[in-house]
Amino acid sequence: MTTVSSAEHTRRDFLYVATGAVAAVGGAAVLVPLIAQMNPDASTIAAGAPIDVDLAPVGEGQVIKVFWRSKPIFISHRTKKEIDEAKNVDVATLPDPQTDAQRTKEGHEPWLVVIGICTHLGCIPLAHQGEYGGYFCPCHGSVYDTAGRIRKGPAPKNLELPPYSFVSDTRIRIG
Amino acid sequence: MSGHSTYQPQNGFLQWIEKRLPIGGLIHSSFIAYPTPKNLNYWWTFGGILSFMLGVQIITGIVLAMHYTPHVDLAFNSVETIMRDVNYGWLLRYVHSNGASMFFIAVYIHIFRGMYYGSYKEPREVLWILGVIIYLLMMATGFLGYTLPWGQMSFWGATVITNFFSAIPGVGETVVTWLWGGYAVGNPTLNRFYSLHYLLPFVIAGVVVLHVWALHVVGQNNPAGIEPKSDKDTVPFTPYATVKDGFFIVVFCMMYAWFVFYTPNFLGHADNYIAANPAVTPAHIVPEWYYLPFYAILRAIPDKLLGVLAMFGSIAILAFLPWLDTSKVRSARYRPLYRQFFWLFVAVCIGLGWLGSKPAEGIYTLIARILTFYYFAHFIIVLPLLGIFEKSKPLPNSISESVLAKA
Repeated sequence: MTTVSSAEHTRRDFLYVATGAVAAVGGAAVLVPLIAQMNPDASTIAAGAPIDVDLAPVGEGQVIKVFWRSKPIFISHRTKKEIDEAKNVDVATLPDPQTDAQRTKEGHEPWLVVIGICTHLGCIPLAHQGEYGGYFCPCHGSVYDTAGRIRKGPAPKNLELPPYSFVSDTRIRIG
Repeated sequence: MSGHSTYQPQNGFLQWIEKRLPIGGLIHSSFIAYPTPKNLNYWWTFGGILSFMLGVQIITGIVLAMHYTPHVDLAFNSVETIMRDVNYGWLLRYVHSNGASMFFIAVYIHIFRGMYYGSYKEPREVLWILGVIIYLLMMATGFLGYTLPWGQMSFWGATVITNFFSAIPGVGETVVTWLWGGYAVGNPTLNRFYSLHYLLPFVIAGVVVLHVWALHVVGQNNPAGIEPKSDKDTVPFTPYATVKDGFFIVVFCMMYAWFVFYTPNFLGHADNYIAANPAVTPAHIVPEWYYLPFYAILRAIPDKLLGVLAMFGSIAILAFLPWLDTSKVRSARYRPLYRQFFWLFVAVCIGLGWLGSKPAEGIYTLIARILTFYYFAHFIIVLPLLGIFEKSKPLPNSISESVLAKA
């Protein structure tokens, strides 16, 4: 048997590296199903399909709650006073600056559609409460205005807007 | 350390076993001959109490799992079935649910005892860090278990706690969806929480083995905070420590039994007897009492990410205690200033716990901010400086001397 200097690359070195590489790739491949199984399954995703909501029965000043993807969606038929309050705000002073127009659909200003989940830690805010007449989260005291924008408290962002569109003047499709 | 005796089985069968698996010798050297400092007080019995509580929780938990159904439509009713129909189900459930509180009472006393007597100092750093890991695992297990009855507090507690991870910049939402297995806390969440709640106590048991192993390598600290120098400073674990631990486990069980039999819901929340409703958040959502100080820290900080970081940081900082405390003297008995700051720190922790149960508004928020600042200042400012400026009292020459001086 001849001795080989360790500085030289041998077939054995190659086999070590190749075996190690295959084991590393195999290990990573095993992690994929183990991690991915925890993501939403096919039935959960299927149940998250778009939903239609009829707005005709929602009176002015009323807020209704519907569920889409297990999340509560607040649909608010705002009064003129509420719309004016939302518009007459210096946007630059807001923690998460957005105009009222950015939060509603053009031509449908009375309708505010938001995901009713506090952007702090996920509680459901109460409608028509808090000092800005919008929403108030009882868990940690975040206050939102009539456009669902964060005004006070620990929440970092405005109430999220779900993807939705007006199918007709009295019907929206969420999703 | 030298033992008081060595294990030599007389019985032929035991000798045969011992040659092949020296388990008798291991038990003998760990729990019978193991030398314990002879000045240990009752604060040292909480390690034994904690082992006992882990056993109680595992046994009652396995039995409850035989009757519980981890499904959003059935979980709440299956817990009521345990309470009303299962033979002694009410007892097993109350022993388990109050057991969690007793476990945490014991662990807090155990941690504060370690802080008072400097049990985390060289050479016990690894022992201490293993303890912090056990504490973290206990908190995770307690939270997962509290979710299982699927009442209002269960559901909203799970929502708030999982939402901590939404504070992670960039990938927060992805991580939370992955944790939930859906777009909100739901059936997949309950199922996996049940699976993990069953798993973690055995992980705790594994880390407890490491904790005890590390303890038996470095030996126990003691109220004098000095190492035993000779056999005169120690007594064998059995009968001295076993009887003392056993006696205090009985005393502890009397308090435990008082909660179980006389006021089993005192430490819980009435809201959790309302089935989970994803459409309505309870007006006052509060965690279980043992998380309240950390909840107060979370709410004291008006920024979401920083609040979550401060809350996790308040626990993580414990792991660095062996290096933050710069004093070479272990026991607070010989550290007149540290002793005062220790009790101030205990008061601050209790104060934070009280604030955690109050609404986060007005004066409460202000006090919570001051106490949160002090909590961190204790570790980052007070402890490093005390080691430099404090003039400690002279240490006794040996444990025997310190015991005899008192008599």
